[in-house]
Amino acid sequence: MINFQYARASDVSDAVRQIAADPAAKFIAGGTNLIDLMKEDVERPARLIDISRLPLRTVEETEGGGLRIGALVPNSDLAWNPKIEQRYPLLSSAILAGASAQLRNMASTGGNLLQRTRCYYFYDTATPCNKREPGSGCSAIAGVNRMHAILGTSDACIAVHPSDMCVALAALEAKVHVAGPSGERAIAFADFHRLPGDTPQRDSNLNPNEIITAIELPAKGFAANYSYLKIRDRLSYAFALVSVAAALDLEGGSIKEARLALGGVAHKPWRDPEAEAALCGQPANEAAFERAAGLLLREAKGFAHNSFKIDLARRVIVRALTQAANGTPQSQSNKKIR
Amino acid sequence: MAATRAAARPLRETIPAPAKISVALTVNGAKKQLNVAPWTSLLDALRDHLDLTGTKKGCDHGQCGACTVLVDGRRINSCLTLAVMKDGAEIVTVEGLAKDGALHPLQQAFIDHDAFQCGYCTPGQICSAVGMIAEGKAKTPDEIRELMSGNICRCAAYPNIVAAIQQAMGTP
Repeated sequence: MINFQYARASDVSDAVRQIAADPAAKFIAGGTNLIDLMKEDVERPARLIDISRLPLRTVEETEGGGLRIGALVPNSDLAWNPKIEQRYPLLSSAILAGASAQLRNMASTGGNLLQRTRCYYFYDTATPCNKREPGSGCSAIAGVNRMHAILGTSDACIAVHPSDMCVALAALEAKVHVAGPSGERAIAFADFHRLPGDTPQRDSNLNPNEIITAIELPAKGFAANYSYLKIRDRLSYAFALVSVAAALDLEGGSIKEARLALGGVAHKPWRDPEAEAALCGQPANEAAFERAAGLLLREAKGFAHNSFKIDLARRVIVRALTQAANGTPQSQSNKKIR
Repeated sequence: MAATRAAARPLRETIPAPAKISVALTVNGAKKQLNVAPWTSLLDALRDHLDLTGTKKGCDHGQCGACTVLVDGRRINSCLTLAVMKDGAEIVTVEGLAKDGALHPLQQAFIDHDAFQCGYCTPGQICSAVGMIAEGKAKTPDEIRELMSGNICRCAAYPNIVAAIQQAMGTP
């Protein structure tokens, strides 16, 4: 691994001071993605500021009836937190669909948001990549692109965001609390991650001197009718080809409110207000789900090896919404899809 | 302002070697004091500084699970954490599982069920299973398979690994 300096932050404001003082520094918390990328020479920080000992490990009730999750709560603790399991089972399910038990024990809530794409060209320093070396070109567009995006792509980048947890957080309309040199602010989840555009080197709207302190969940958890359905090349411990977080608020047999977020298809968790609006007031049946899927995918565009994702996404959307409507969410241990 | 820190340091630029850092670990019950460079992984500290070579380096990227150890009772990939970050932690490796000359029930179960062929993944499998049983979430074979999916066995001894874990859990 490369040579770097190591320092610990004593509190959040010290962390912000230290990161602002050194433009070549990075925070480290769980380290599961950063250390991997440093071994590959993709990330080259001159200094690591260890934030893993900061007191950001609690899950607390908010005045609005939601929960505030400290940025350093490990993914496994969050997935198995009884309040998350009972009130936000979609989030619990999505976390358990990702990575391995060991990685979930290490990875932090904030770090999960900031993990970087697993595009093979991003990792391969012998090839051009606009995300790694801005302006060098995208090797995936005309290369091997089976895992890549079908929505929101640009001429500069077709990488996908790898997180499962973030897909659920997008569907639940979480808020990201951050602190920086000019104070604290909250970012709506939909505004946190970015589309690649002509600056694919920027994954998120977090500023370089800011630190994530907490994720806030609103009161509404869709605990009765939800499903996280992830399709991948093997049954466990693989990134999504397509994943769908579906959440419904049902009244009688009709849909009062719908949330639909997709993973594995874009540079950020993908939501489409038109598709969700089209479900409202409709009976919760296959025809309505098919219409929503068609709307969500109306501008989907495949590349040489990933066009299969368009039809796959349509079917996963319909199936996940069906599971949600029936109150039979996808199990993350018995992998049979019903 | 720089839009990103990803390329904060130009490729191949070097910085002077930082001083080694003193780290205190409790490893298999014994207090250890090490001086390590910041980039020394916990895995390399265990193998190269403490001569505990039971913990294996497989992929060194958190994809195979061969390096699994218990840190403060939780299973993690020791290749993806820095020794300096674990200052003060309690580490248990496969060498620390047997007590008073008697194998840990999982070690005995792996022998009873022939739950390996080449044996390279075995220390990681066993440490991972110790962590999984402590988590208390796996009850059925499906759940064992899912929660052990971070440990790859290229000899594919999986059915026997699941059987061995079931024996140790007392749920045949």
